[in-house]
Amino acid sequence: MSVVYILWLREVKKYLRSRVQIVASLGGPLMYLGVLGFGLGSVFQRAGEGSYLQFMAPGVIGMTVLFTAMFSGIAMLWDRQFGFLKETLVAPVPRLAIMVGRTLGGATVAVLQGALIFVVALIAGFRPVSLLAVPLAFLVIALIAVIFSALATAIGSGLKEMQGFQMVMNFLVMPTFFLSGAIYPLEGLPRVLAALTRIDPLTYGVDGMRGLLTGRTHFGLVLDVVVLLGVGVLFVALGAWRFSKIEA
Amino acid sequence: MSDRPIIRVQHIVKSFGSVMAVNDVSFDVRAGEIFAFLGPNGAGKTTTIKMLTTLLHPTTGSLELDGLDVTTHQTEVRRRFGVVFQDPSLDGDLTAWENMDIHGVLYHVPRPTRRERCEVLLRMFELWERRNDFVKTFSGGMKRRLEIARGLLHTPKVLFLDEPTLGLDPQSRNQMWTHVQSLRASEGVTVFLTTHYMDEADRVADRIAVIDHGRLVATGSSAELKQQTGTDSLEAAFLKLTGTTIRDESATATDQLRQVTRVWRR
Repeated sequence: MSVVYILWLREVKKYLRSRVQIVASLGGPLMYLGVLGFGLGSVFQRAGEGSYLQFMAPGVIGMTVLFTAMFSGIAMLWDRQFGFLKETLVAPVPRLAIMVGRTLGGATVAVLQGALIFVVALIAGFRPVSLLAVPLAFLVIALIAVIFSALATAIGSGLKEMQGFQMVMNFLVMPTFFLSGAIYPLEGLPRVLAALTRIDPLTYGVDGMRGLLTGRTHFGLVLDVVVLLGVGVLFVALGAWRFSKIEA
Repeated sequence: MSDRPIIRVQHIVKSFGSVMAVNDVSFDVRAGEIFAFLGPNGAGKTTTIKMLTTLLHPTTGSLELDGLDVTTHQTEVRRRFGVVFQDPSLDGDLTAWENMDIHGVLYHVPRPTRRERCEVLLRMFELWERRNDFVKTFSGGMKRRLEIARGLLHTPKVLFLDEPTLGLDPQSRNQMWTHVQSLRASEGVTVFLTTHYMDEADRVADRIAVIDHGRLVATGSSAELKQQTGTDSLEAAFLKLTGTTIRDESATATDQLRQVTRVWRR
Protein backbone atom coordinates (compact mmCIF):
# COMPACT_ATOMS: atom_id res chain seq x y z
CA MET A 1 0.00 0.00 0.00
CA SER A 2 2.82 2.39 0.90
CA VAL A 3 4.38 1.49 -2.45
CA VAL A 4 1.23 2.51 -4.34
CA TYR A 5 1.09 5.71 -2.30
CA ILE A 6 4.72 6.76 -2.83
CA LEU A 7 4.52 6.18 -6.61
CA TRP A 8 1.22 8.07 -6.77
CA LEU A 9 2.78 10.89 -4.76
CA ARG A 10 5.74 11.00 -7.12
CA GLU A 11 3.50 11.64 -10.15
CA VAL A 12 1.49 14.31 -8.35
CA LYS A 13 4.57 16.06 -6.95
CA LYS A 14 6.18 16.16 -10.37
CA TYR A 15 3.01 17.64 -11.85
CA LEU A 16 2.65 20.35 -9.22
CA ARG A 17 6.31 21.32 -9.68
CA SER A 18 6.13 21.71 -13.44
CA ARG A 19 4.46 25.12 -13.49
CA VAL A 20 5.61 25.92 -17.02
CA GLN A 21 4.12 22.69 -18.33
CA ILE A 22 0.84 23.34 -16.57
CA VAL A 23 0.54 26.74 -18.22
CA ALA A 24 1.69 25.39 -21.59
CA SER A 25 -0.84 22.57 -21.51
CA LEU A 26 -3.66 25.11 -21.12
CA GLY A 27 -2.90 26.42 -24.62
CA GLY A 28 -4.79 23.78 -26.61
CA PRO A 29 -7.98 23.76 -24.56
CA LEU A 30 -8.01 27.57 -24.43
CA MET A 31 -7.82 27.66 -28.21
CA TYR A 32 -10.79 25.31 -28.51
CA LEU A 33 -12.84 27.18 -25.93
CA GLY A 34 -11.95 30.63 -27.20
CA VAL A 35 -11.65 30.26 -30.95
CA LEU A 36 -14.08 27.42 -31.66
CA GLY A 37 -16.40 28.27 -28.80
CA PHE A 38 -16.93 31.83 -29.87
CA GLY A 39 -16.13 31.35 -33.57
CA LEU A 40 -18.78 28.72 -34.18
CA GLY A 41 -21.10 30.08 -31.51
CA SER A 42 -23.38 32.04 -33.82
CA VAL A 43 -23.74 29.22 -36.39
CA PHE A 44 -24.59 26.78 -33.61
CA GLN A 45 -27.11 29.22 -32.19
CA ARG A 46 -28.74 29.78 -35.58
CA ALA A 47 -29.06 26.01 -36.05
CA GLY A 48 -31.24 26.11 -32.96
CA GLU A 49 -28.82 24.20 -30.72
CA GLY A 50 -28.35 26.89 -28.07
CA SER A 51 -25.02 28.10 -26.71
CA TYR A 52 -21.98 26.40 -28.26
CA LEU A 53 -19.78 27.23 -25.28
CA GLN A 54 -22.29 25.48 -23.01
CA PHE A 55 -22.23 22.52 -25.38
CA MET A 56 -18.52 22.14 -25.91
CA ALA A 57 -17.11 23.00 -22.46
CA PRO A 58 -17.63 19.41 -21.19
CA GLY A 59 -16.03 18.20 -24.43
CA VAL A 60 -12.95 20.36 -23.91
CA ILE A 61 -12.65 19.15 -20.30
CA GLY A 62 -12.86 15.59 -21.64
CA MET A 63 -10.18 16.37 -24.21
CA THR A 64 -7.86 17.75 -21.54
CA VAL A 65 -8.32 14.69 -19.36
CA LEU A 66 -7.73 12.39 -22.36
CA PHE A 67 -4.54 14.16 -23.46
CA THR A 68 -3.07 14.47 -19.97
CA ALA A 69 -3.81 10.87 -19.01
CA MET A 70 -2.45 9.49 -22.28
CA PHE A 71 0.64 11.63 -22.08
CA SER A 72 1.57 10.61 -18.56
CA GLY A 73 1.32 6.96 -19.53
CA ILE A 74 3.29 7.30 -22.73
CA ALA A 75 5.99 9.25 -20.87
CA MET A 76 6.71 5.86 -19.34
CA LEU A 77 8.63 5.10 -22.53
CA TRP A 78 11.20 7.64 -21.46
CA ASP A 79 11.13 6.48 -17.88
CA ARG A 80 11.53 2.96 -19.09
CA GLN A 81 14.75 3.05 -21.08
CA PHE A 82 16.65 5.70 -19.23
CA GLY A 83 14.97 6.47 -16.09
CA PHE A 84 13.27 5.55 -13.03
CA LEU A 85 11.16 2.62 -14.23
CA LYS A 86 14.03 0.12 -13.97
CA GLU A 87 14.54 1.13 -10.34
CA THR A 88 10.96 0.11 -9.59
CA LEU A 89 11.15 -3.06 -11.69
CA VAL A 90 14.02 -4.56 -9.66
CA ALA A 91 12.44 -3.62 -6.32
CA PRO A 92 11.01 -6.46 -4.21
CA VAL A 93 7.40 -5.37 -4.78
CA PRO A 94 4.65 -6.79 -7.01
CA ARG A 95 4.42 -5.30 -10.49
CA LEU A 96 0.72 -4.73 -9.88
CA ALA A 97 1.47 -2.27 -7.04
CA ILE A 98 3.81 -0.31 -9.30
CA MET A 99 1.29 -0.26 -12.13
CA VAL A 100 -1.56 0.84 -9.86
CA GLY A 101 0.55 3.59 -8.26
CA ARG A 102 1.67 4.98 -11.61
CA THR A 103 -1.76 4.74 -13.20
CA LEU A 104 -3.56 6.38 -10.29
CA GLY A 105 -0.90 9.08 -10.25
CA GLY A 106 -1.39 9.76 -13.96
CA ALA A 107 -5.16 9.75 -13.51
CA THR A 108 -4.96 12.19 -10.58
CA VAL A 109 -2.86 14.57 -12.63
CA ALA A 110 -5.43 14.34 -15.45
CA VAL A 111 -8.28 15.14 -13.05
CA LEU A 112 -6.38 18.14 -11.67
CA GLN A 113 -5.76 19.39 -15.18
CA GLY A 114 -9.45 18.83 -16.02
CA ALA A 115 -10.42 20.85 -12.93
CA LEU A 116 -8.23 23.68 -14.15
CA ILE A 117 -10.02 23.75 -17.50
CA PHE A 118 -13.35 23.58 -15.71
CA VAL A 119 -12.42 26.80 -13.90
CA VAL A 120 -11.25 28.38 -17.15
CA ALA A 121 -14.57 27.44 -18.78
CA LEU A 122 -16.45 29.04 -15.87
CA ILE A 123 -14.49 32.23 -16.43
CA ALA A 124 -15.27 32.09 -20.17
CA GLY A 125 -18.98 32.01 -19.34
CA PHE A 126 -19.84 28.32 -19.00
CA ARG A 127 -22.65 27.78 -16.46
CA PRO A 128 -23.47 24.31 -15.05
CA VAL A 129 -27.23 23.88 -14.64
CA SER A 130 -26.83 22.63 -11.09
CA LEU A 131 -24.01 23.05 -8.62
CA LEU A 132 -24.92 19.75 -6.98
CA ALA A 133 -24.10 17.94 -10.22
CA VAL A 134 -20.53 19.26 -10.28
CA PRO A 135 -19.09 16.67 -7.86
CA LEU A 136 -20.87 13.94 -9.83
CA ALA A 137 -19.39 15.30 -13.05
CA PHE A 138 -15.98 15.01 -11.42
CA LEU A 139 -16.65 11.33 -10.74
CA VAL A 140 -17.20 10.91 -14.48
CA ILE A 141 -13.99 12.88 -15.09
CA ALA A 142 -12.15 10.53 -12.73
CA LEU A 143 -13.48 7.54 -14.65
CA ILE A 144 -12.27 8.99 -17.95
CA ALA A 145 -8.88 9.68 -16.36
CA VAL A 146 -8.48 6.12 -15.06
CA ILE A 147 -9.59 4.62 -18.39
CA PHE A 148 -7.05 6.50 -20.47
CA SER A 149 -4.28 6.39 -17.92
CA ALA A 150 -4.61 2.58 -17.83
CA LEU A 151 -4.78 2.42 -21.63
CA ALA A 152 -1.63 4.52 -21.84
CA THR A 153 0.11 2.16 -19.40
CA ALA A 154 -0.91 -0.76 -21.60
CA ILE A 155 0.48 0.95 -24.70
CA GLY A 156 3.53 2.43 -22.99
CA SER A 157 4.53 -1.03 -21.71
CA GLY A 158 5.06 -2.16 -25.29
CA LEU A 159 6.54 0.97 -26.87
CA LYS A 160 10.26 0.95 -27.45
CA GLU A 161 10.89 3.90 -29.71
CA MET A 162 10.01 7.56 -29.63
CA GLN A 163 8.46 7.29 -33.09
CA GLY A 164 5.80 5.09 -31.56
CA PHE A 165 4.60 8.08 -29.60
CA GLN A 166 3.67 9.94 -32.80
CA MET A 167 1.75 6.89 -33.98
CA VAL A 168 -0.25 6.80 -30.78
CA MET A 169 -0.99 10.53 -30.93
CA ASN A 170 -2.10 10.51 -34.56
CA PHE A 171 -3.90 7.20 -34.78
CA LEU A 172 -5.35 6.87 -31.32
CA VAL A 173 -5.51 10.04 -29.26
CA MET A 174 -6.65 12.45 -31.97
CA PRO A 175 -9.35 10.10 -33.37
CA THR A 176 -10.54 9.38 -29.84
CA PHE A 177 -11.03 13.09 -29.34
CA PHE A 178 -12.61 13.87 -32.71
CA LEU A 179 -14.95 10.87 -32.60
CA SER A 180 -16.15 11.58 -29.08
CA GLY A 181 -18.77 14.17 -29.90
CA ALA A 182 -16.79 16.65 -27.81
CA ILE A 183 -17.21 19.38 -30.41
CA TYR A 184 -20.34 18.33 -32.34
CA PRO A 185 -23.71 16.85 -31.41
CA LEU A 186 -24.20 13.11 -31.84
CA GLU A 187 -27.65 13.52 -33.38
CA GLY A 188 -28.10 13.12 -37.14
CA LEU A 189 -24.62 11.84 -37.93
CA PRO A 190 -23.90 9.74 -41.05
CA ARG A 191 -24.20 6.05 -40.16
CA VAL A 192 -20.48 5.22 -40.30
CA LEU A 193 -19.52 8.16 -38.12
CA ALA A 194 -22.31 7.35 -35.68
CA ALA A 195 -21.01 3.79 -35.39
CA LEU A 196 -17.47 5.03 -34.80
CA THR A 197 -18.55 7.44 -32.08
CA ARG A 198 -20.25 4.56 -30.30
CA ILE A 199 -17.08 2.50 -29.95
CA ASP A 200 -15.14 5.45 -28.53
CA PRO A 201 -15.15 5.33 -24.71
CA LEU A 202 -14.61 9.08 -24.48
CA THR A 203 -18.01 9.58 -26.16
CA TYR A 204 -19.72 8.18 -23.07
CA GLY A 205 -17.51 10.23 -20.77
CA VAL A 206 -18.28 13.49 -22.54
CA ASP A 207 -21.95 12.58 -22.81
CA GLY A 208 -22.13 11.78 -19.10
CA MET A 209 -20.42 15.01 -18.15
CA ARG A 210 -22.62 16.99 -20.50
CA GLY A 211 -25.70 15.35 -19.08
CA LEU A 212 -24.71 16.25 -15.54
CA LEU A 213 -23.48 19.76 -16.24
CA THR A 214 -25.96 20.95 -18.89
CA GLY A 215 -28.83 18.47 -18.75
CA ARG A 216 -28.30 17.39 -22.35
CA THR A 217 -27.45 13.72 -22.89
CA HIS A 218 -27.59 11.44 -25.90
CA PHE A 219 -27.30 7.99 -24.33
CA GLY A 220 -28.61 8.71 -20.85
CA LEU A 221 -26.50 8.87 -17.73
CA VAL A 222 -26.99 5.25 -16.70
CA LEU A 223 -25.67 3.82 -19.95
CA ASP A 224 -22.77 6.29 -19.90
CA VAL A 225 -21.65 5.26 -16.41
CA VAL A 226 -22.13 1.53 -17.07
CA VAL A 227 -20.00 1.71 -20.23
CA LEU A 228 -17.32 3.78 -18.48
CA LEU A 229 -17.11 1.37 -15.55
CA GLY A 230 -16.94 -1.63 -17.85
CA VAL A 231 -14.24 -0.13 -20.07
CA GLY A 232 -12.38 1.04 -16.96
CA VAL A 233 -12.19 -2.48 -15.50
CA LEU A 234 -11.16 -3.87 -18.87
CA PHE A 235 -8.40 -1.31 -19.48
CA VAL A 236 -6.98 -1.51 -15.95
CA ALA A 237 -6.76 -5.30 -16.33
CA LEU A 238 -5.15 -4.89 -19.75
CA GLY A 239 -2.68 -2.32 -18.41
CA ALA A 240 -1.76 -4.52 -15.44
CA TRP A 241 -1.23 -7.52 -17.69
CA ARG A 242 0.90 -5.64 -20.22
CA PHE A 243 2.92 -3.98 -17.45
CA SER A 244 3.66 -7.37 -15.89
CA LYS A 245 5.19 -8.47 -19.21
CA ILE A 246 7.82 -5.73 -19.40
CA GLU A 247 11.34 -7.06 -19.76
CA ALA A 248 14.00 -4.46 -19.20
CA MET B 1 34.12 -14.05 5.01
CA SER B 2 32.54 -17.45 4.60
CA ASP B 3 33.54 -20.02 2.02
CA ARG B 4 30.06 -20.38 0.60
CA PRO B 5 29.83 -18.44 -2.68
CA ILE B 6 27.39 -15.53 -2.48
CA ILE B 7 26.76 -15.83 -6.22
CA ARG B 8 26.86 -19.14 -8.08
CA VAL B 9 26.35 -19.17 -11.82
CA GLN B 10 26.17 -22.52 -13.57
CA HIS B 11 26.09 -23.04 -17.31
CA ILE B 12 23.87 -20.09 -18.12
CA VAL B 13 22.86 -19.46 -21.70
CA LYS B 14 20.89 -16.48 -22.95
CA SER B 15 19.91 -16.27 -26.58
CA PHE B 16 17.95 -13.56 -28.35
CA GLY B 17 16.62 -15.25 -31.47
CA SER B 18 19.68 -16.71 -33.17
CA VAL B 19 22.15 -14.53 -31.24
CA MET B 20 23.87 -16.15 -28.26
CA ALA B 21 24.49 -13.21 -25.94
CA VAL B 22 25.74 -15.44 -23.14
CA ASN B 23 26.93 -18.94 -23.96
CA ASP B 24 27.48 -21.52 -21.20
CA VAL B 25 28.98 -19.26 -18.54
CA SER B 26 29.79 -20.55 -15.03
CA PHE B 27 31.52 -18.81 -12.12
CA ASP B 28 31.35 -18.25 -8.36
CA VAL B 29 31.66 -15.01 -6.43
CA ARG B 30 32.85 -15.26 -2.82
CA ALA B 31 31.17 -13.28 -0.07
CA GLY B 32 32.92 -10.01 0.62
CA GLU B 33 35.07 -9.83 -2.48
CA ILE B 34 35.18 -7.29 -5.27
CA PHE B 35 34.57 -9.25 -8.45
CA ALA B 36 35.12 -7.66 -11.85
CA PHE B 37 33.53 -8.80 -15.06
CA LEU B 38 35.82 -7.63 -17.79
CA GLY B 39 35.11 -7.74 -21.50
CA PRO B 40 34.89 -5.76 -24.72
CA ASN B 41 31.68 -4.02 -25.75
CA GLY B 42 28.93 -6.45 -26.60
CA ALA B 43 30.63 -9.36 -24.83
CA GLY B 44 27.60 -10.19 -22.67
CA LYS B 45 28.43 -8.29 -19.48
CA THR B 46 25.19 -6.34 -19.21
CA THR B 47 23.09 -9.36 -20.20
CA THR B 48 24.68 -11.32 -17.36
CA ILE B 49 23.97 -8.52 -14.87
CA LYS B 50 20.39 -8.33 -16.06
CA MET B 51 19.96 -12.04 -15.47
CA LEU B 52 21.53 -11.85 -12.01
CA THR B 53 19.26 -8.93 -11.12
CA THR B 54 16.07 -10.77 -12.23
CA LEU B 55 15.39 -8.49 -15.20
CA LEU B 56 16.00 -11.23 -17.75
CA HIS B 57 15.46 -14.96 -17.47
CA PRO B 58 18.27 -17.19 -18.66
CA THR B 59 17.37 -19.47 -21.57
CA THR B 60 18.99 -22.37 -19.70
CA GLY B 61 21.30 -22.79 -16.70
CA SER B 62 21.00 -21.81 -13.05
CA LEU B 63 21.74 -18.67 -11.05
CA GLU B 64 21.97 -18.52 -7.27
CA LEU B 65 22.37 -15.51 -5.02
CA ASP B 66 22.91 -16.07 -1.30
CA GLY B 67 21.75 -19.64 -1.77
CA LEU B 68 18.48 -18.65 -3.45
CA ASP B 69 17.50 -19.46 -7.01
CA VAL B 70 17.31 -16.13 -8.82
CA THR B 71 14.54 -17.17 -11.24
CA THR B 72 12.21 -18.80 -8.73
CA HIS B 73 12.78 -16.58 -5.67
CA GLN B 74 12.71 -13.18 -7.37
CA THR B 75 11.36 -11.14 -4.47
CA GLU B 76 13.70 -12.58 -1.83
CA VAL B 77 16.65 -12.21 -4.18
CA ARG B 78 15.74 -8.59 -4.97
CA ARG B 79 15.85 -7.69 -1.26
CA ARG B 80 19.43 -8.96 -1.13
CA PHE B 81 21.05 -6.92 -3.84
CA GLY B 82 21.45 -3.30 -4.87
CA VAL B 83 22.15 -2.37 -8.48
CA VAL B 84 23.47 0.59 -10.42
CA PHE B 85 22.65 0.24 -14.09
CA GLN B 86 24.69 1.50 -16.99
CA ASP B 87 22.00 4.04 -17.82
CA PRO B 88 20.90 6.33 -15.00
CA SER B 89 17.74 5.25 -13.22
CA LEU B 90 17.24 8.32 -11.05
CA ASP B 91 14.31 10.68 -11.26
CA GLY B 92 15.78 14.04 -12.23
CA ASP B 93 12.63 15.93 -11.28
CA LEU B 94 12.91 14.81 -7.68
CA THR B 95 15.52 15.76 -5.09
CA ALA B 96 18.33 13.48 -4.00
CA TRP B 97 16.53 12.89 -0.72
CA GLU B 98 13.25 12.02 -2.43
CA ASN B 99 15.00 9.55 -4.71
CA MET B 100 16.51 7.87 -1.66
CA ASP B 101 13.26 7.94 0.27
CA ILE B 102 11.23 6.30 -2.53
CA HIS B 103 13.84 3.57 -2.73
CA GLY B 104 13.49 3.00 1.01
CA VAL B 105 9.72 2.62 0.68
CA LEU B 106 10.06 0.26 -2.29
CA TYR B 107 12.38 -1.92 -0.20
CA HIS B 108 10.19 -1.75 2.91
CA VAL B 109 12.85 -0.07 5.05
CA PRO B 110 11.02 1.25 8.16
CA ARG B 111 10.89 5.03 8.38
CA PRO B 112 13.35 5.64 11.27
CA THR B 113 15.95 3.31 9.71
CA ARG B 114 15.28 4.91 6.33
CA ARG B 115 16.07 8.39 7.61
CA GLU B 116 19.16 7.23 9.41
CA ARG B 117 20.51 5.25 6.43
CA CYS B 118 19.76 8.08 3.99
CA GLU B 119 21.77 10.46 6.11
CA VAL B 120 24.70 8.08 6.66
CA LEU B 121 24.93 7.23 2.96
CA LEU B 122 24.45 10.75 1.62
CA ARG B 123 27.22 11.91 3.95
CA MET B 124 29.45 9.01 2.95
CA PHE B 125 29.06 9.88 -0.74
CA GLU B 126 29.48 13.60 -0.08
CA LEU B 127 25.98 14.52 -1.21
CA TRP B 128 24.45 15.54 2.11
CA GLU B 129 24.68 19.28 1.42
CA ARG B 130 22.90 18.78 -1.90
CA ARG B 131 20.15 16.52 -0.57
CA ASN B 132 17.37 18.99 -1.29
CA ASP B 133 18.48 19.84 -4.82
CA PHE B 134 16.88 18.36 -7.91
CA VAL B 135 18.89 15.50 -9.34
CA LYS B 136 18.74 17.02 -12.83
CA THR B 137 21.13 19.72 -11.58
CA PHE B 138 23.75 17.11 -10.56
CA SER B 139 26.94 16.31 -12.51
CA GLY B 140 27.49 12.83 -13.95
CA GLY B 141 29.74 11.84 -11.06
CA MET B 142 27.26 13.05 -8.45
CA LYS B 143 24.43 11.13 -10.08
CA ARG B 144 26.50 7.97 -10.12
CA ARG B 145 27.39 8.45 -6.45
CA LEU B 146 23.76 9.00 -5.58
CA GLU B 147 22.80 5.81 -7.40
CA ILE B 148 25.36 3.83 -5.43
CA ALA B 149 24.19 5.41 -2.17
CA ARG B 150 20.62 4.53 -3.10
CA GLY B 151 21.58 0.97 -4.02
CA LEU B 152 23.03 0.51 -0.52
CA LEU B 153 20.08 1.96 1.36
CA HIS B 154 18.42 -1.37 2.10
CA THR B 155 21.77 -2.90 3.26
CA PRO B 156 22.07 -5.41 0.42
CA LYS B 157 24.49 -8.33 0.52
CA VAL B 158 25.60 -7.77 -3.06
CA LEU B 159 26.01 -4.55 -4.97
CA PHE B 160 25.98 -4.78 -8.78
CA LEU B 161 27.69 -1.97 -10.65
CA ASP B 162 27.33 -2.02 -14.43
CA GLU B 163 30.11 0.14 -15.91
CA PRO B 164 30.06 2.52 -12.93
CA THR B 165 32.70 4.88 -14.30
CA LEU B 166 31.50 5.09 -17.90
CA GLY B 167 31.49 8.71 -19.04
CA LEU B 168 33.11 10.11 -15.88
CA ASP B 169 36.21 12.28 -15.82
CA PRO B 170 39.43 10.88 -14.26
CA GLN B 171 38.87 12.72 -10.97
CA SER B 172 35.35 11.34 -10.55
CA ARG B 173 36.54 7.87 -11.55
CA ASN B 174 39.30 7.97 -8.98
CA GLN B 175 36.89 9.14 -6.31
CA MET B 176 34.37 6.49 -7.32
CA TRP B 177 36.85 3.66 -6.80
CA THR B 178 37.99 5.05 -3.46
CA HIS B 179 34.35 4.92 -2.39
CA VAL B 180 33.79 1.42 -3.75
CA GLN B 181 36.91 0.08 -2.03
CA SER B 182 35.86 1.52 1.30
CA LEU B 183 32.42 -0.12 1.06
CA ARG B 184 33.74 -3.51 1.99
CA ALA B 185 34.99 -2.15 5.30
CA SER B 186 32.01 0.06 6.05
CA GLU B 187 29.13 -2.02 4.65
CA GLY B 188 30.58 -5.51 4.34
CA VAL B 189 29.02 -5.79 0.93
CA THR B 190 30.13 -7.99 -1.97
CA VAL B 191 30.69 -5.91 -5.10
CA PHE B 192 30.10 -7.30 -8.59
CA LEU B 193 31.13 -4.86 -11.27
CA THR B 194 31.58 -4.78 -15.00
CA THR B 195 34.06 -2.62 -16.80
CA HIS B 196 36.13 -2.52 -19.92
CA TYR B 197 38.84 -0.41 -18.33
CA MET B 198 41.70 -2.75 -17.49
CA ASP B 199 43.44 -0.38 -15.09
CA GLU B 200 40.30 -0.11 -13.00
CA ALA B 201 39.80 -3.85 -12.74
CA ASP B 202 43.48 -4.18 -11.89
CA ARG B 203 43.20 -1.59 -9.16
CA VAL B 204 40.06 -2.59 -7.31
CA ALA B 205 39.15 -6.19 -8.05
CA ASP B 206 40.12 -9.20 -5.98
CA ARG B 207 39.22 -11.47 -8.85
CA ILE B 208 38.48 -10.89 -12.49
CA ALA B 209 36.47 -12.89 -15.00
CA VAL B 210 37.14 -12.16 -18.65
CA ILE B 211 34.18 -12.62 -20.98
CA ASP B 212 34.19 -12.43 -24.76
CA HIS B 213 31.58 -13.32 -27.37
CA GLY B 214 29.34 -14.56 -24.58
CA ARG B 215 31.91 -17.05 -23.28
CA LEU B 216 34.06 -16.91 -20.18
CA VAL B 217 37.69 -17.07 -21.33
CA ALA B 218 39.52 -16.77 -18.00
CA THR B 219 38.95 -16.26 -14.26
CA GLY B 220 41.46 -15.34 -11.56
CA SER B 221 43.24 -12.53 -9.78
CA SER B 222 45.03 -9.95 -11.86
CA ALA B 223 48.35 -11.65 -11.09
CA GLU B 224 46.99 -15.05 -12.08
CA LEU B 225 45.70 -13.75 -15.39
CA LYS B 226 49.06 -12.20 -16.18
CA GLN B 227 50.78 -15.42 -15.27
CA GLN B 228 48.38 -17.54 -17.34
CA THR B 229 48.96 -15.48 -20.44
CA GLY B 230 52.65 -14.82 -19.84
CA THR B 231 52.17 -11.07 -20.03
CA ASP B 232 53.22 -8.32 -17.65
CA SER B 233 50.17 -6.10 -17.72
CA LEU B 234 46.48 -6.85 -17.42
CA GLU B 235 45.90 -4.98 -20.65
CA ALA B 236 48.26 -7.29 -22.54
CA ALA B 237 46.64 -10.29 -20.86
CA PHE B 238 43.21 -9.01 -21.86
CA LEU B 239 44.19 -8.50 -25.49
CA LYS B 240 45.81 -11.91 -25.60
CA LEU B 241 42.62 -13.47 -24.26
CA THR B 242 40.12 -11.55 -26.37
CA GLY B 243 42.08 -10.82 -29.53
CA THR B 244 42.70 -7.44 -31.08
CA THR B 245 39.93 -7.16 -33.61
CA ILE B 246 37.48 -4.31 -33.21
CA ARG B 247 33.86 -5.32 -32.57
CA ASP B 248 31.15 -3.88 -34.70
CA GLU B 249 28.01 -3.87 -32.70
CA SER B 250 24.74 -3.62 -34.48
CA ALA B 251 22.84 -0.57 -33.30
CA THR B 252 19.62 -1.52 -31.59
CA ALA B 253 16.71 0.77 -30.85
CA THR B 254 18.01 1.09 -27.30
CA ASP B 255 21.42 2.23 -28.49
CA GLN B 256 19.85 4.85 -30.70
CA LEU B 257 17.67 6.13 -27.91
CA ARG B 258 20.69 6.13 -25.62
CA GLN B 259 22.53 8.39 -28.06
CA VAL B 260 19.60 10.75 -28.17
CA THR B 261 19.48 10.89 -24.38
CA ARG B 262 23.17 11.61 -24.10
CA VAL B 263 22.74 14.59 -26.37
CA TRP B 264 19.65 15.78 -24.54
CA ARG B 265 21.14 15.38 -21.11
CA ARG B 266 24.36 17.05 -22.34
